[in-house]
Amino acid sequence: MEPVLMQADQLPTWTALAPALALAVTGLLVILLDSVEPDGSRPALLAGIATVGSLASLGLAGWFLSAGTGQMGTGGAIALFGDALVVDGMALFFQALFAAVTALVVVASYDYLHDHPHRAEFYSLMLFAATGMAVMAAANSLAVAFIALELASLPSYALVAFLKRDAGSVEAGLKYFLIGALSSSVFAFGISLVYAATGSLLLPDVYDALSGGVEGLTGVAAVGILMVAGGFAFKTASVPFHFWAPEAYEGAPAPVSAFLSSASKAAGFALAFRVFVVGFPLDAGIDWVLLFQVLAVVTMTLGNFAAATQEEVKRMLAYSSIGHAGYALIGLAAFSGGAGGDVLGASMAHLLVYGFMNTGAFLFVALAEHWDVGRTFDDYAGLASRAPMASVAMSVFMFSLAGLPPFGGFFSKYFLFMGAIDAGFWWLAAVGAINSALSLFYYSRVVKTLWLDDAVGEFELGSTPTALYAAIVFAAVATVLLLPGFGPVIETAQSVATTIVP
Amino acid sequence: MIIEALIGVTFLAALVVMLAPDEYAGKLAFALSLLPVVGSLYMWAGFDAGGNALMAGSIAYETQLDWLTVAGYELQWFVGVDGISLPLVVLSTVLSSLAIVSAWTPIDTRQSQFYGLMLFMEANLLGVFTALDFFLWFVFWEAVLVPMYFLIGVWGGPRRKYAAIKFFVYTNIASLVMFIGFMALVFNLPISSFGLPEITQSLQAGELSGSVGLDPAALKLAAFAAMFAGFAVKVPVVPFHTWLPDAHVEAPTPVSVMLAGVLLKMGTYALLRFNFTMLPDVATRPLVATVIAAVAVVSVIYGAMLALAQQDLKRIVAYSSVSSMGYVILGLIAYTGLGIGGATFQMVAHGLISGLMFMAVGVIYNVTHTRMVGDMSGMADRMPITVGILVAGAFGYMGLPLMAGFAAEYFIFQGAFASTVIPSAPLFTAAAMFGIVIVAGYLLFAMQRTLFGEFSLETDYEVRRARFHDVAPLAVLLLCTIALGVAPDIFFEMITDAIEPVVAVVGGGA
Repeated sequence: MEPVLMQADQLPTWTALAPALALAVTGLLVILLDSVEPDGSRPALLAGIATVGSLASLGLAGWFLSAGTGQMGTGGAIALFGDALVVDGMALFFQALFAAVTALVVVASYDYLHDHPHRAEFYSLMLFAATGMAVMAAANSLAVAFIALELASLPSYALVAFLKRDAGSVEAGLKYFLIGALSSSVFAFGISLVYAATGSLLLPDVYDALSGGVEGLTGVAAVGILMVAGGFAFKTASVPFHFWAPEAYEGAPAPVSAFLSSASKAAGFALAFRVFVVGFPLDAGIDWVLLFQVLAVVTMTLGNFAAATQEEVKRMLAYSSIGHAGYALIGLAAFSGGAGGDVLGASMAHLLVYGFMNTGAFLFVALAEHWDVGRTFDDYAGLASRAPMASVAMSVFMFSLAGLPPFGGFFSKYFLFMGAIDAGFWWLAAVGAINSALSLFYYSRVVKTLWLDDAVGEFELGSTPTALYAAIVFAAVATVLLLPGFGPVIETAQSVATTIVP
Repeated sequence: MIIEALIGVTFLAALVVMLAPDEYAGKLAFALSLLPVVGSLYMWAGFDAGGNALMAGSIAYETQLDWLTVAGYELQWFVGVDGISLPLVVLSTVLSSLAIVSAWTPIDTRQSQFYGLMLFMEANLLGVFTALDFFLWFVFWEAVLVPMYFLIGVWGGPRRKYAAIKFFVYTNIASLVMFIGFMALVFNLPISSFGLPEITQSLQAGELSGSVGLDPAALKLAAFAAMFAGFAVKVPVVPFHTWLPDAHVEAPTPVSVMLAGVLLKMGTYALLRFNFTMLPDVATRPLVATVIAAVAVVSVIYGAMLALAQQDLKRIVAYSSVSSMGYVILGLIAYTGLGIGGATFQMVAHGLISGLMFMAVGVIYNVTHTRMVGDMSGMADRMPITVGILVAGAFGYMGLPLMAGFAAEYFIFQGAFASTVIPSAPLFTAAAMFGIVIVAGYLLFAMQRTLFGEFSLETDYEVRRARFHDVAPLAVLLLCTIALGVAPDIFFEMITDAIEPVVAVVGGGA
C-alpha cells in the first residue's frame, strides 16, 4: 500500500467525498442510459454499471480508509462546505459498508428483477438511497443530517412499493412512507428545538453551546434531543418506532428488504453515533445514555421474542433485525465519554458483520421467492437437498446471526458485550447474551427446516439464478472469513470510533 | 507447524470430499483421513514435551502467533501438545478413520456430505485438543457442534430431529454457562491474554481480584461451578445426561462412535484443563470434592443401572458411557498421580472400547435390522468373527486384565483409594467399584441372550456375514485395546509426566 496518498494538501478536499459521489454519478448514469434507450432492453448493462459503480465506491472508501484519509495521522478529519460535512475514518468505514451491501444487493437483484419493466429505475433508486446513506455518515450538521436522511428514505419508500402489482408491496410501501413521514417531522421538529436552544446546527457548536449551559432553555434542548432520538429510532427500526419494519420488510421485494435491514439500518446508526457523541454532551438537560439503555434493552428483547413466534421466514428475519438494532444500540447505551470509543467501535464492527450475514439471509429469501417455494418455515422444508450450496450459505448466516463461534457474528457480538462490560454496563451485556441465546432457537429452526425436514410434496425449482447465487455465496464466504479476519475490522472500527469521541 | 498442517489438511480433506461424487466419497474420505493419522503418529514419534503445558512445562510443536488485540486483550493462534493432549489427538485421528470405514455399509444417502462433515468434525476436534488460547479453543469447541447436529439430524434414526435439536440446545447452553464462568475469571486477572498457560499461572499466583461484590474466593467458586456445569453436560454426568441416550440411539453408527469415542472426552479433557488444573484450590475444598465425588459415583451406579434396564443394544452401550465417564470424574477429583493419570488413560481406553462396542452393534444391526435384545439370539452361529470381537470388547469394558479398560480402571481405583482430597475416599471408591459388578451383569446378560444359544431372529432380512471392511475396523480397535492393556506405558508415561505438576500443587501423592 502506498503511504498516505490522500492528504488534504495533495488532492482537492472535495475528492474526499468520492465514495458518495461515485454512487450518485452511477445513479445518474443509469438514468441517463435508460432515457437514451428507454425500453430497458439491456438488463446486463444496467446491472453491470450499477455493480461497477458501487464497487468503485467500495474501492475508494477502502483506499481512503487504508491510506488514513481524515484520520489522526494525516491531519484529522477533512471538513467541507463550512463544516457541514466531515470525512473522517468513521464516515469512510460506514461508506465502505453501504457500498458493499449495495453491490451485493445490486448483483442479486439482476435475477430477481427478470422481465420486470423498470429495472433502470430500481438500480438508480437504490444507488440514490445509498448516496443518501453515504452522506448521512459524513453529516456534521443537523440540517445536512435531515437532508441526507430524506435522500436515503425517499428512494426507499419507492423501492419497498416497487412491485406495484403486488398488493403486499404497495401496502408495505405506504406504511413505511406514512411512518417515515411522521418520524421525519418529529426529527425536524427536534432539530428546530435544538437550534432554538443553541443557535447553531453544526454539531460541534451545538456541543459547545449545550455544555456551556443554555440559560432557561434546557428543557427545550432536552425535548429536542428526545425528538431527534425518535428520528433515529425510526431509521434503525428501534422500539418504539419499529412497527413499520416487519410490514415493510415482509412486503418489499426481498433484495430491498436486505438493503433496508442492513445498509439503511447501519446508516441510521452512523448518523446517530455522530450526532449524539459529537453534538450532545452527556449532561445536556437529558441523560441520553440512559435513554439508549432503555431503548437497547426493550428493542432487543421485544425483537427477539417477536421473532421467536413468527411462522414466516421473512417476517422472522424482520423481527430479528429489530433485535439486532437493539444489540447495535449498546454502542450508544454503554457510551460514557473517555472509554466510550471501544464499545462504539464494537457496534460499528457488528454492523459491518451484520451487513454481510443479514443481507445474505434476505437474499436467500429472495432466492426462495424466485423459486416460488412459499414463505413459511414449512415451505422451506427439505430445500437443502435441492439447493445444497445456498442452504449451506443460509446455515452460515443463521448460525452467525445467532452468534455461534465458527462465524463472524460470534466475534462481533462478543466484542460488543465485552465493550459494554468494560464500560461498566455488565447488566447490558447480560441482557444481550441472554437474548442472543434465545435467538438461537428461531435461527436454528431455519437450519432444521432446510436440512432435517422432508419436503412436503414434489416441486421443481426451475432455473438457477446465477447472479443471485453468486451474491449469496459471496456473502457467506465473507461471513466465514470475517472470523479469522476480524482483527483489522475491529481495530479499524475502534480506532475510527475513538476519533469522534470528544 | 505440524499441528497447523494436521488441522489444515483435515479441513481441506473435508472440502474435497464434500465436492466429490457420492460413489467415491467413502473411499476418498478414508484415504484422506489417513493423512492426519500419519501426522499424529509422527507427532507421537517425535514427542519431546515435559511437564504440563499449562504449568510452565515445555510444549511440543508449539506455535504462538498474534491474531488480534481487542480492548487490551491479545488473542493468539496458540497451539501445542503435552502429555495429556497428545494421546487424545492420536485417538481422534485413528478413531475418525475407523469410523469412516464403518460408515461404508450403513450410509447410503448423501455420502459426500456425510464424509465431509465427519472430516470437518475431526479437524475441529484436533483443534480442541491442541489449542492453548481460550478463544481459539472455544471456536473449535463450538464448531464441533455444527457437524454433529447435521450428522445426527440428517442421517439418524426415526427420532433424529428431536435428538439433534436436544443435543444442540443442551450443549450450546452449557457452553454459554461455561463461557461466562471463564470470562468472569479472566476479566479479574491482571493479564492481557487468553493464553491458557498465562491464565493458569496467574490464577495460581493468587492474582485474582474480586468483582461485583464477590471476594476472590467466592468468585473462584462461582466460576468453578459455572465451568463444571458447562462441562458436566458434555461429559455427561448425572443429572445432565439425558441428551446422550437420545443422541446415541438416533445417530448412525459411525457418528455414535465419534460421539462416545471422542466428543465425550472433550468434556473430561476440559474439566481436567480448566477446573482441575486452573482452580485446584476450589476443587480440593472438602465440600466441593465430596459433591464431585458423589456426582461421579452416582453417574457410575445410576448409569450402569439404566444400562441394565435397557432392551436396545445400542442404548445399553450408550448408558454404559455415562457410567464409564463417572470413573473418569472420580479419578480426576482424586488428585493423585494415578487418579488423574488413570482418568486421562480411561479417556483413551473408553474411546477405543466404546467405539468398538458401537461399531460391533452397528455391524449386527446392518445384518439383522434390529437392535432389540428380545428379537435375536444365537448370533454367534452366524457371525462368529463379529461376535468374537464384540465379546472381547465387552470383556474389555468389564475390566478384564491385559485390556485397556482394566489398566485404566485399576489406576483410577488405586488413585481414588489413596486420595487425600476426597473425604472418606475409600468409601466412595468402594461404592464406585460396585459399578463393575453391574457392568459385568448387564453386558453378560445382554450377550447371553443375543449372541449365544440357538439361532433365531425375528426379522425379514436375510442374515449374511459381515463384510471385510465392516469387521476390519473392529479388529484394529481390539488390537489397540489389547496393546494399551498389555503396555499402558505407551501413553501412561507421558500422561503421568504432564499430571505431576497438577498433583504437586495440592500435595497429593502418587
